[in-house]
Amino acid sequence: MDLTTFLSYCLTGISIGGIYALIAIGYTMVYGILRLINFAHGDIFMMAAYFMIFAMVDFMIPWYLSIVVVVIATVILGVVIEKVAYKPLRSAPRMSIMISAIGVSYLLQNTATYLFSALPKSYPSIDVLNKRITIGDVSTSLVTFITPIITIIAVILLLMLIKHTKVGMAMRAVSKDFETAQLMGIKINDIISITFVIGCFLAALGSILYFTPRPSVFPLSGSLPGLKCFIAAVFGGIGSIPGAVVGGFIIGLSETFIKAAGYSEFSDVFTFVLLVVVLMFRPTGLFGEKMAEKV
Amino acid sequence: MTKKTKLICSVIAAAALIVLLICSYELTDSTSMLRSVLQLGAIYALAAVSMNLLNGVTGLFSLGQAGFMAVGAYTFAIFTIPVDKKAGVYYLYGVADGLADIALPSFVGLIIAGLMAAVLAAIIGAPVLRLKSDYFAIATLGFAEIVRILVASSPFNRITNGSLGLKAIPGFQDLFGFIPAYFVPFIVVALCIAFIVLLVRSSYGRAFKAIREDEIAAEAMGINLAKHKRMAFIISSFFAGISGALLAQFLGAVQSTTFPLAMTYNILLIVVIGGMGSTTGSIISAFLVTAAKEWWLRFLDVEHYIGDFKVPFMRTGFRMVVFSIILMVVVLFWRKGIMGNKEFSWDGLYNFFTGKKAKKAAKAAEGGSIVE
Amino acid sequence: MSKENVLKVCDLTMQFGGVVAVNNLSMEVNKGEIIGLIGPNGAGKTTVFNMVTGVYAPTNGAIYLNDKLVAENHPHGKMKDIYNGLNAGKYTGVLAPTPDKITKMGVARTFQNIRLFKELTVFENVLIAKHMNIKANIFSAALMINKKEEKLMREETMELLRILGLEKNKDDISSSLPYGKQRHLEIARALATKPQLLLLDEPAAGMNPQESDDLMHFVGRIRDDFDLSILMIEHHMQVVMGICERIYVLDYGTLIAEGNPQEVQSNPKVIEAYLGVD
Repeated sequence: MDLTTFLSYCLTGISIGGIYALIAIGYTMVYGILRLINFAHGDIFMMAAYFMIFAMVDFMIPWYLSIVVVVIATVILGVVIEKVAYKPLRSAPRMSIMISAIGVSYLLQNTATYLFSALPKSYPSIDVLNKRITIGDVSTSLVTFITPIITIIAVILLLMLIKHTKVGMAMRAVSKDFETAQLMGIKINDIISITFVIGCFLAALGSILYFTPRPSVFPLSGSLPGLKCFIAAVFGGIGSIPGAVVGGFIIGLSETFIKAAGYSEFSDVFTFVLLVVVLMFRPTGLFGEKMAEKV
Repeated sequence: MTKKTKLICSVIAAAALIVLLICSYELTDSTSMLRSVLQLGAIYALAAVSMNLLNGVTGLFSLGQAGFMAVGAYTFAIFTIPVDKKAGVYYLYGVADGLADIALPSFVGLIIAGLMAAVLAAIIGAPVLRLKSDYFAIATLGFAEIVRILVASSPFNRITNGSLGLKAIPGFQDLFGFIPAYFVPFIVVALCIAFIVLLVRSSYGRAFKAIREDEIAAEAMGINLAKHKRMAFIISSFFAGISGALLAQFLGAVQSTTFPLAMTYNILLIVVIGGMGSTTGSIISAFLVTAAKEWWLRFLDVEHYIGDFKVPFMRTGFRMVVFSIILMVVVLFWRKGIMGNKEFSWDGLYNFFTGKKAKKAAKAAEGGSIVE
Repeated sequence: MSKENVLKVCDLTMQFGGVVAVNNLSMEVNKGEIIGLIGPNGAGKTTVFNMVTGVYAPTNGAIYLNDKLVAENHPHGKMKDIYNGLNAGKYTGVLAPTPDKITKMGVARTFQNIRLFKELTVFENVLIAKHMNIKANIFSAALMINKKEEKLMREETMELLRILGLEKNKDDISSSLPYGKQRHLEIARALATKPQLLLLDEPAAGMNPQESDDLMHFVGRIRDDFDLSILMIEHHMQVVMGICERIYVLDYGTLIAEGNPQEVQSNPKVIEAYLGVD
């Protein structure tokens, strides 16, 4: 492998890793606050892609406005899911809420199949983003190039939000101790809604970046990326945002290089094996906090 | 109710079920929907009961069910496809040398299918069972996906036939010359479920429930957590393997896409609707859900006209939407499911109809409040 | 009275991260004694229980049951550098049995926040504790080949419920019992494992004076009836002073006093740390 090929693989890996990171943040934040694996998150990501088709193909909205429309629609979808499917189960056993999340995932997939059919639909091409650019010897599309940059910016903004604003402080408090935070006068439901808003915003962003260089969307196309991003979140230590980002990049890069080495059949197997191995040796992931059960 | 009355009731109920089953055979022809729904329902009942043993009884939230079913189905197919049909099935890649002349009887195939799933469970169980709830769920889910990817991958082409899957899997066959093939899955499922029911009622079953209720207390009561979790996992996987093999027989062909994540979800939702922890609930719900999904709700997929008026929404795919909405409603508003975590009992039924339970509870509360 | 150790802990230290929860504790429980373990909140009492029962492996020290070494540890690995406790070099072995093994060796316990099998009946709660000595394997148990054993388990359970006055409640769901009875049931469940040493973690918590008085007699009675040694954590001074033969006082993880109730009561250190604020 010469340097140019290597660099171009690196770029692809970092780019897909960035998208994984954006989605993984959604998983990790929801888990941090609700202790819930939001199985529906990957399907929200898939729905965002269909929203884009709606906006650009069916309503012929220009791409820059479409992005805004998609983001808003995705956020609304996420918040509605939270209010309808998770909020009523707040005091239920954790297993119930996890099952509810699985139910939502199932519902979204079936709804998408019903509305858009199981056949792949072509994703609208955003010409500006698909433009080829050349840096040195490496030629790539603009979207591949800007994805990691967008990711980094989004993460920095998010971390600043969490570190320095009142809302961020409340979020940290809720994730440390749900009940006490409530007693301290934090409006739990608002904080949870905000968490879903942020998670879905990033998922919508990730969706646009993910599907732009890809030809089509189908109802199950959120399922596997969703799982991988969840693995990225677990890998980095679920509940930790920097962890999710690092996890996303690691999975994106390793996946790209495995594909490059000619084992594309096994790239997903590798991801899952990685998950099991990490859980085995470091059950709380790279940056996760250890939580001991009180006896 | 005395023991004798209960026994008589049970015998009558069992006889009635058998008569109904025979009716379903005698009064229908081989293409009838009723027949296939009942058979499929029975197979899902076994899958659900085995999942319930793990998720409901032992409290280990596993999402690997489809993976173990796939292992069972593939194992069964590999060992039972008739020798003369192998060349046709493996026309593209050829069949692995050792397998070309092997075609075991279905009965042996079923057992090997279960054992294979159990062995796999034993291997992955050692590390995976150490993980806490959510992580265990994800790891088992990951395992199921790995199985799915591997059976379709090229190194196993000569065994699993890659993405083409396996065909010409022998269906159910007449038993002992006088039991028609139709009844075979019911017999196998009944035997398997009977074993699981007895297991749950035994001392080991109680230990499993103790682990579900409180791991720390269970361990303090001298229950070896690792050992018991492993037992539950292996036994559950064994029966999942058998249900997968039965499904392979029912379908006649398997592919990696036969066992998607959605299948695990589907079985999980059967368990939830039946009531987590209740074996009878899982059985009832397996038949109801299968009938609803495969049969009763079918009409939703077809466009209907009343006069010139086209009934809105109804077209391909609507059935699954309605189905998933029903599931969500159950999950949200009827969390206990059909049976809660209780089992069917004649006392329960009797009390249900006479309202005796309420009286008994009131009496208990009264007794409890008296300070000794 | 000849002193036969049932439990002996030596230089036991438990460190979580940088926090030393229990520091260099040595204590013993002799056969037939009722021993109190007291101290202000957060003094490390429950941690001692958790180490003795195998929930936590101690960072340093050793535990003996009937003079047999059952657990031992010394700071190693990452702990080696951050260890803040005493007696670091004294132990070299590592022996960390899981809680179920400790229970099988004859130590049973109750929990500070009642940990019953909530959705199971009173009878099942106690019956489960009989499972650990089961001889039948899982297949013979499922196929009901061990009928005799199962019957014996049920009879013993029934007998125990009868002795402890829970017979009437045998079919009630355990979480539906009144609070005091739940505490009784937890003790019954612990007794069903046929322990030599019973560890009670705040058995009188949340009880009124009358109830705790009853509990005190109850504890004395089971000690005699079941030939037990008892180690209990308790905050009700009335109970501790009334029933315990010797008392160990912990403060900030360190043993500050030991002796009979009178000695402990008049010990200035104890008054300062604990009774003074009572």
